[in-house]
Amino acid sequence: MINVGDILLNLWNKSGFAALTQGFLSQGGWQNLLMIIIACGLLYLGIVKKFEPLLLVGIAFGCLLSNLPLGGLYHQELWDAFMDANSPAYHSYGAILREAGLIDIFYIGVKTSLYPCLIFMGVGAMTDFGPLLSNPKSLLLGAAAQLGVFVAFFGAVLLGFTGPQAASIGIIGGADGPTAIFLTSKLAPELLGAIAVAAYSYMALIPLIQPPIMNLLTSAKDRQIKMVQTRQVSKTEKIIFPIVVVIFVALLLPDTAPLIGCLMLGNLFKETGVTDRLSDTVQNALMNIVTILLSTAVGATMVGSTFLTLNTLKIVVLGVVAFGISTAGGLLGGNVMCKLSKGKINPLIGSAGVSAVPMAARVANTVGQKNNPSNFLLMHAMGPNVAGVIGSAIAAGFLLSVFGG
Amino acid sequence: MMFLAASIPDYLKDISIGNAAIVALMGYVVVFFGIVLLMCVITVMGNIFVAKANKAKAAAQPKAAAAPVTVTPVAAAAPAEAPGTAGQLKLHDVPPKTAAMLMAIVANQMGKPLNELRFISIKEVK
Repeated sequence: MINVGDILLNLWNKSGFAALTQGFLSQGGWQNLLMIIIACGLLYLGIVKKFEPLLLVGIAFGCLLSNLPLGGLYHQELWDAFMDANSPAYHSYGAILREAGLIDIFYIGVKTSLYPCLIFMGVGAMTDFGPLLSNPKSLLLGAAAQLGVFVAFFGAVLLGFTGPQAASIGIIGGADGPTAIFLTSKLAPELLGAIAVAAYSYMALIPLIQPPIMNLLTSAKDRQIKMVQTRQVSKTEKIIFPIVVVIFVALLLPDTAPLIGCLMLGNLFKETGVTDRLSDTVQNALMNIVTILLSTAVGATMVGSTFLTLNTLKIVVLGVVAFGISTAGGLLGGNVMCKLSKGKINPLIGSAGVSAVPMAARVANTVGQKNNPSNFLLMHAMGPNVAGVIGSAIAAGFLLSVFGG
Repeated sequence: MMFLAASIPDYLKDISIGNAAIVALMGYVVVFFGIVLLMCVITVMGNIFVAKANKAKAAAQPKAAAAPVTVTPVAAAAPAEAPGTAGQLKLHDVPPKTAAMLMAIVANQMGKPLNELRFISIKEVK
């Protein structure tokens, strides 16, 4: 006869509630509990404050899931063994799949760089490179705004991080989430959660971080400069552009090929006019699916034992420094171009060189309009903004070629 | 597929401050180098397209100038004649060849160019 009491007791013993009461907290479980609170805080920021909600909600929920006791959705120890050259499970997806939880399987897409590349394809399909083509000089602002990447890299080395870790932290300054995840998953996967959260949180905070720096580094007179309308770009030019860029950049820095290749493929889908269905799928369905998988998987890496360290605090500080210095780099580039063009270029558009499309361009436009309500800088700022995407991909390619072995 | 972090030399893994400064500087220079080269390629590409567009525009301009001559008669269609034409000539039992000869003779006799004369009808008197 079935012993109902035994069944209920067994059920209780297997539950997470029992784990919480039976030494979970004393065995480091307090860290998981703290992470659950942090996850709820991030959910609040995403849902109520609308900080990059499409990503932050998934990240926070992934964090919540991986820190619940006995969930078994994500196994940090499997991935540690995967990266340990002395482990039998070294670089073995078979070993992962044998014991994987659901989010471990999601995480394979991060580990193989599949998700960041597919997100880049979506970004490419949503990006109009027309403003950049009509004013190629704006590319320089996209390069100038990578200053924060390298300053933060140097700062991270000063704070005791290893070379690959410092490179992954530095790329936060590129203000480009997929690029940061792409580079970190290859160079310093142990920092992925902290870097992803820092990158996306600061991207959401761009309207707060950038304007004070913009006002500090530009004169009121320069901020009022109205820029002349740029030339119309033909359809053929827009079609040829992604092909030229992918050939050129992939030859220059082959490590950038996955990111730039996907970015330009997505853009080609958009511009050809004969692949509208594909463009639509990449922009919407595929982008949404990948965002769900990526955000949940990245969030799941925020396990208490690896996240709640002094390093995370350092990454948070270095991240905001990287963002600030990248903005300053773009603005300084804008000032130089303003002087060289004898006042024809508004230096504010330099701040948009920090990727973060189109948020940074919108901020440049808003600050410009505050100084001159009849000034519309949005299209002019879109040039440096999309140039920043290419610039941060090149910076990532360089760091990968140096620290990737 | 690449998993890279484990396979780099120690001097890069535990990078010194001096080496980090060199890498940072080189990185910024490489980004600028790549971007400047890309800018040159895009500028050349843009110039080619602008030149092509200007050429097409220039070719379209003479056509546009000629347009009134060709378009106006169509617009005017039947009712109005262009200045200097002989207008609509009605022939009554006269073959066109004979009519042309008659008009030429009259113009010659009057000492006037044919396009300044207006013939309304030519009728054979029987």
